[in-house]
Amino acid sequence: MYRLGIDVGGTNTDAVIMEGRHVLSGVKASTTEDVTTGVIEALEGAIAKAGIDRSKISTVMIGTTHFTNAVIERKHINHVAAIRLGLPATACLPPMVDWPNDLAEAVGHHTYLVRGGYEFDGRTIAPLDEEELIRIAADIRLKNVKAAAITCVFSPINAEMEQRAKAVIEKHCPGLPVVVSGDIGRIGLLERESAAIMNASLLSLAAKTVDAFAKALKDAGLSCPFFITQNDGTLMAAATVRSFPVLTFASGPTNSMRGAAFLTGRKEAIVVDIGGTTSDVGALHHGFPRQAATIVDVGGVRTNFRMPDVFSIGLGGGSLVRELANGDVTVGPQSVGYRIARDALVFGGQTLTTTDIAVALGKADIGDAQKVAHLDRALAEKAHARIVQMLENSVERSRVSADPIPVIAVGGGSILMPDRLGDLEVIRPENFAVANAVGAAIAQISGEVDRVFALEKGLTREICLKQAEQEATERALSAGAIAETIQVIEREDVPLAYLPGNATRIHVKVVGEMGGFHG
Amino acid sequence: MTKQLITAADMEAIAVGGAYLGTGGGGDPYIGKLMARTAIEANGPVRVVQPEAVADDALCVPVFMMGAPTVMVEKLPRGDEALEALRQLERFLGRKADALICVEAGGLNSTIPFAVAAATGLPLIDGDGMGRAFPELQMVSFTMHDISATPLVHADDKGNSAIINAVSNLWTERLARVQAIQMGGASLVAAYPMTGAQMKAGILRGTLSLIKGIGETIAAERVAKRHPGVALREQFDGRHLFTGRVVDVDRATTGGFARGRAVLKGIDGFAGRTFEVAFQNEFLVARGDGGQVIASTPDLICALDADGGLPVTTEQLRYGLTVEFTGLPCDRQWRTAKGLELAGPGYFGYDHAYEPVEALNPAA
Repeated sequence: MYRLGIDVGGTNTDAVIMEGRHVLSGVKASTTEDVTTGVIEALEGAIAKAGIDRSKISTVMIGTTHFTNAVIERKHINHVAAIRLGLPATACLPPMVDWPNDLAEAVGHHTYLVRGGYEFDGRTIAPLDEEELIRIAADIRLKNVKAAAITCVFSPINAEMEQRAKAVIEKHCPGLPVVVSGDIGRIGLLERESAAIMNASLLSLAAKTVDAFAKALKDAGLSCPFFITQNDGTLMAAATVRSFPVLTFASGPTNSMRGAAFLTGRKEAIVVDIGGTTSDVGALHHGFPRQAATIVDVGGVRTNFRMPDVFSIGLGGGSLVRELANGDVTVGPQSVGYRIARDALVFGGQTLTTTDIAVALGKADIGDAQKVAHLDRALAEKAHARIVQMLENSVERSRVSADPIPVIAVGGGSILMPDRLGDLEVIRPENFAVANAVGAAIAQISGEVDRVFALEKGLTREICLKQAEQEATERALSAGAIAETIQVIEREDVPLAYLPGNATRIHVKVVGEMGGFHG
Repeated sequence: MTKQLITAADMEAIAVGGAYLGTGGGGDPYIGKLMARTAIEANGPVRVVQPEAVADDALCVPVFMMGAPTVMVEKLPRGDEALEALRQLERFLGRKADALICVEAGGLNSTIPFAVAAATGLPLIDGDGMGRAFPELQMVSFTMHDISATPLVHADDKGNSAIINAVSNLWTERLARVQAIQMGGASLVAAYPMTGAQMKAGILRGTLSLIKGIGETIAAERVAKRHPGVALREQFDGRHLFTGRVVDVDRATTGGFARGRAVLKGIDGFAGRTFEVAFQNEFLVARGDGGQVIASTPDLICALDADGGLPVTTEQLRYGLTVEFTGLPCDRQWRTAKGLELAGPGYFGYDHAYEPVEALNPAA
């Protein structure tokens, strides 16, 4: 049986066919506006190149940076009503207090503070102000806001008020998608609220994108299940992404880093994945992406997801190169993205991109070099110097020591990477351009348990944790994980002081490699 | 800083340095930083003055938060509770405050006084009552100098407030804690009203400058791609206690405190070893292999994220996180009989005798 890994980036859509540990074929295509066309082109290419029977493809895994790019570029984001239940508490720091202005602008400044919320022990701070919610619903209709995100103080220990508020808003705004923070994050109000708002701002895009994936696979005659990779490198059902696009935020970097480790066999390295719009930089430690300890910035917003310690800069193969009046040259963050095959000079377009610079300086052979022969050499040199400096800065940020460590360059835009970066050796593995898709194809399957246990009748916390771990393992096994590869990646318990019987909410997540991986 | 203006931009370093001396507790400095920044942006910079610049008969008032840090990251304050507490205390005393004091140069309480100072325009004195963070209200140098915590006023987000008069600072802690729990796990407090002369006798000097310096060192080391732990240990005679990965965290919010313990498995130079740290808001006792104590309250057990180099609070501890622990000697006042009675291992129910972290971990 074969696995099909697909990576849909801002610029390129890549596909690989894998059998066990072997990459049979890898193909790059351009991402298209409708997503579907690009996916079909890539997967048909990969199937043809591998020369396999498509009915023997057992699983399709898709990784996508679509949603992260939307936040970084502030594009395709819909307005969100950010509703917080917690007054009179929490008024000192309103929703989106620490967001970059342009992103807050993109989701609109529709913030509402409402009386409600819980104390740590489950008492209410104030009864939920449903009349105020009805007024807010009217305002949402009036302003034609596209989604709502509701965050209630201490919702991780009691989901009731969020659910009640959701019901009220849904009743008065029929058809409006409503996100509740308790579904997305843990304790930590501002971070959980920000994640819920970002998630709500991406719902229209998520529905469109998942539909496009489904259509592409159907059109290609693939009837096997498809999964989408999430932040921690594990898979989630495609339907889940419709409601929780935010959970894919770091899947791009996770996939490229796991792909880079897989393709090079290196366990300690800095991975630079240069796409069309952005570059993601992160470190491999013991062969896994180094996890961010506490806070992760997404598009300038603090979140508390468990994610690899990766940051993105606005540099890719499609980044715009511009000369300012004073002679300075700027690179990015705007990018022609998937329109590179039409807009870049080397492809006959009118826009000067970083790819044109690489071709003009003879560092890459793409498109028609004649079309950039007229470029001013000094301008090209200046742009190149700026690109190298951006890469160096970002790699330096990921270094934890002065010890030299290899840099693995992957992604379609890695033509921008010089052969050495400062004092560091640069490695470009075979199939470097499709590392992301390889990472998706080797994504792990997870099993998760998140529920309340009563610590009574001799049940201790340790026994309950063990039991949760066992259940999570069974779920992973039944989803196709190989027993001996299973390990715990999350293990958390939140005591729920308000419930009788010493209750505790236990969250355990285990991951394992997909069956057939070793085959 | 002899006399210094603290701007919104300075709050970053102060919050990071405060988090480090917070020894895992004292609340999320991020929240405090945002609150102080918002207040400074609205009202202008904060004047920080040296204790000697304050008149002996001036009224100096500490303002702070009491309660469980895990509550504060989730239930943010309304915003004007501390100011309300201060105004009520002034009304009770029949006198306006002349200067503000920071009781705790660790965690959220290292930043709260800046927010109140910005809102009132009062100067803030460069110093504090702990030189770190501690979980209880009476654990301040002022108690050692027989300065009464009361009259104390505290206020909550709902508009409740209370004035307490008590026979001792320990009684103040007991009474205020019960109310703080009822107020929702945390309250904002104005207490320990004292004269300038009392302040000069009791305050631990220069600790606000210190945390700003620590924050700046951490930032500079991170920019230089070095883990800040090394530089901080050199500067403050610290001991490298452990570096490892969290494999278990057991926590409960009881009696208004975040209590618990974390177990870590060693990495790098500590591979093959285990480490356990107990906390009550702050890290209190660190144990190495076989359970022997390697650092204990009142000495400081400071934690940095082993990868990123930023301070880690107990509420951030979670499975898989790598943490570097450093033991720092506490202020000399804490090692006296009075100091150990207030905040030594015996007070927290441990039966080991206190030994200085330098003695437990002789320099290599």
